Amino acid sequence: MTTKHVDHVTGVETTGHEWDGIRELNKPLPRWWVWTFYATIIWSIGYWVAYPAWPTLVGYTKGVLGYSQRATVTEEVATARAAQGSRREALASTPLDQIKANPDLLRFAMAGGGAAFGTNCAPCHGRSAQGFVGYPNLNDDDWLWGGKIDEIYKTIQYGVRSGHKQAQDSQMPKYGIDKLLDDKQIDDTAEYVLSLTGKATNTAAAERGKKIFAEQCVSCHAEDGKGKADLGAPNLTDAIWLYGGEKPAIVESIRTGRGGVMPAWQGRLDAVTLKALAVYVHSLGGGR
Amino acid sequence: MTDTKVERHAFADAAAVLGGALGIGIGLFLAFQSSDPAMALHGVLLALGGVLAVVWILSSAFRGSGSNDDGQGYMDGPIKVATIAAVFWGIAGFIVGDFIAWQMAFPALNLDLPWTTFGRLRPLHTSAVIFAFGGNALLATSFYVVQRTSHARLAGRWAPYFVVWGYQLFIAIAGTGYLLGITQGKEYAEPEWYADLWLTIVWVIYFLVFVGTLARRKEPHIYVANWFYLAFIVTIAMLHIVNNLTIPVSVSGTKSYILFAGVQDAMTQWWYGHNAVGFFLTAGFLGIMYYFIPKRVERPVYSYRLSIVHFWTLIFLYIWAGPHHLHYTALPDWAQTLGMTFSIMLWMPSWGGMINGLMTLSGAWDKLRTDPVVRLLVVSVAFYGMSTFEGPLMSIKSVNSLSHYTDWTIGHVHSGALGWVAMVSFGAIYCLVPWLWKRQGLYSLRLVEWHFWVSTIGILLYITAMWVSGILQGLMWRAYDNLGFLQYSFVETVEAMRPFYMIRATGGLLFVLGSLIMAYNVWRTIRGDTPVDVADQPRVAAAPELRPAAA
Repeated sequence: MTTKHVDHVTGVETTGHEWDGIRELNKPLPRWWVWTFYATIIWSIGYWVAYPAWPTLVGYTKGVLGYSQRATVTEEVATARAAQGSRREALASTPLDQIKANPDLLRFAMAGGGAAFGTNCAPCHGRSAQGFVGYPNLNDDDWLWGGKIDEIYKTIQYGVRSGHKQAQDSQMPKYGIDKLLDDKQIDDTAEYVLSLTGKATNTAAAERGKKIFAEQCVSCHAEDGKGKADLGAPNLTDAIWLYGGEKPAIVESIRTGRGGVMPAWQGRLDAVTLKALAVYVHSLGGGR
Repeated sequence: MTDTKVERHAFADAAAVLGGALGIGIGLFLAFQSSDPAMALHGVLLALGGVLAVVWILSSAFRGSGSNDDGQGYMDGPIKVATIAAVFWGIAGFIVGDFIAWQMAFPALNLDLPWTTFGRLRPLHTSAVIFAFGGNALLATSFYVVQRTSHARLAGRWAPYFVVWGYQLFIAIAGTGYLLGITQGKEYAEPEWYADLWLTIVWVIYFLVFVGTLARRKEPHIYVANWFYLAFIVTIAMLHIVNNLTIPVSVSGTKSYILFAGVQDAMTQWWYGHNAVGFFLTAGFLGIMYYFIPKRVERPVYSYRLSIVHFWTLIFLYIWAGPHHLHYTALPDWAQTLGMTFSIMLWMPSWGGMINGLMTLSGAWDKLRTDPVVRLLVVSVAFYGMSTFEGPLMSIKSVNSLSHYTDWTIGHVHSGALGWVAMVSFGAIYCLVPWLWKRQGLYSLRLVEWHFWVSTIGILLYITAMWVSGILQGLMWRAYDNLGFLQYSFVETVEAMRPFYMIRATGGLLFVLGSLIMAYNVWRTIRGDTPVDVADQPRVAAAPELRPAAA
């Protein structure tokens, strides 16, 4: 079958074979293709000489440049740390309440805290720390666990109901789930809670609820309903509500006891970052 | 002579029935003995497959017709199955892909159900398009091409059917497993040990059928397309077996543990992963290109010598390139260097295929204008050239430090997958359907035109969106302020990518639309409807026996 055959369109000889009507031209390799291929090979050989490349029986060829990825990254991290200068040590050694007095240190803490907040806190508290239902707004001056900088720092370090030994911890009883109060009593209590902000619609129910509140709730939320920060018990007399201030939401809060969780960040973030975060959150607008 | 043929057939039928019975037995054992509901379901699937096989074999044996082919000439039955399967799985895979693309833009579409989360649907998408759509396109075309270019009937009486139907069973087991949360957690190798074993059996039979057919060839030389198909079959067998070496927890449970650990496991995985690209999505589809382009344009292959040189260099170099998936990880520097340099050297061997594909049109460039099937095939080769330039570029460490883990990678994969793999498969399917079902031509060439433009625009939207998104993402991740803190939080980078997610999903929707147009056209052609524009179709659009002689 190997007969001389010429493709009449190009005038090029074919290889003489034919498969199901397909022939192949006997063309040489394109020159540019060959030379580009050689160039990539030569470049690769050069790269092997310069960089770690081939395994040997006892290790690998190190390359004349002495390149090592680990050494490079160690160096880059050290350079980055050096660029932050003495500010890291200064932040570590300055007491929390004095950081704001040093404008340069404050700027550094705000930048570091803001970056850490965006990565670690924003998923729950929102990118502007505006919060969501169940996740507190950090821009106002209403603080569940205290708004002084050392209180904020403690909350960040150990979290809320996080399981950490030093966590901010308390648990409101599940009045409905555990059948501590019946539905009517819960409804009455909710009416009373609404009356604290002048929103009650049923004064008789609120009156009944006041008694239940006095028995069940004042130990944490205080007689005036303004709450206690050391117990994480919210102020019920302002317009700020973690789970909503409408009646169904309040009924649900009494029924289930809620009990949101925030993780402990100590151990996940380094000490300097934790401090920077406390400064950042304290500066958002509501810090005391 | 007749006697031995009858005996041979009877023996083949008996062996096939025994095989089916074995499948039923194992399937029933798993269905009733396994405490793992997913394994029980898969046992039922296997038993069901066995029952269908036995019924079918026995009924054909008693009809006396053997398989549903004439027993002479070429065996096209399994090719028809795989062709239809390719269209079916293609559409399924594209739809799932587009759905998860919309999930990226609108997370509520995860529907809060375990079965519909991105984590389970993503492997369903990748496996459906690569292995179900691409795999069936390869099965169909390789069985077609090896017979025609060897002038020989497929080896085996039932084996070719076992390969295509066994492969569909593998797809069903793997796909339902993903939805139920069965995975070994290796990208593109998610199916668990028992599905892997089944695929190994199917694949070995595939290899034997292919080599058996080559051995019966009446041509003195093996055509270049068959080299590529054979390289694909052999290498995929090796990759599949090594990467899936696992120890099952029990014979009737789905869970297993991979033999390798740590960076060795990562390296094995990407040796597999990259060569799945190299030998499944490149070598196999180059086999398609080497038959269907010269056949459709009726021109000789541009250069025999180039085909030899680029074949061997491609085969030799590709297998080293895997480590470029593990730049800047625990993988030793020297392995990263080898992965990168071999990827660079791979550039020209890859382009050898592109040159041979494109230059085969010399003397027939006008067909790009007149025949949209040629346009699909040629544009696929252009995308192949672009992706195989982009790949080596992205393997360079300094480029990779920007591109790695970003959408740029997703864009790169899809310019290869949609542009090259899918387009060349569409072209081959449009050729194959009238040839296999003995039609005068496709039902409508104008619909192919529509398919071409709709999907090309879809691909362009997809890859440009992912380039912009990926580079933006990479730059945002590495941006620092002057005090040495990250400029952007992760959630800000996600927010920045959202518009591009929507553009990407829109591009994907166009691609799905194109595939539906194809399915309609293929269905009308198979049904035997008179082509609406047969006068516009080239003579090779018709089945070989219905073709007018060459001018």
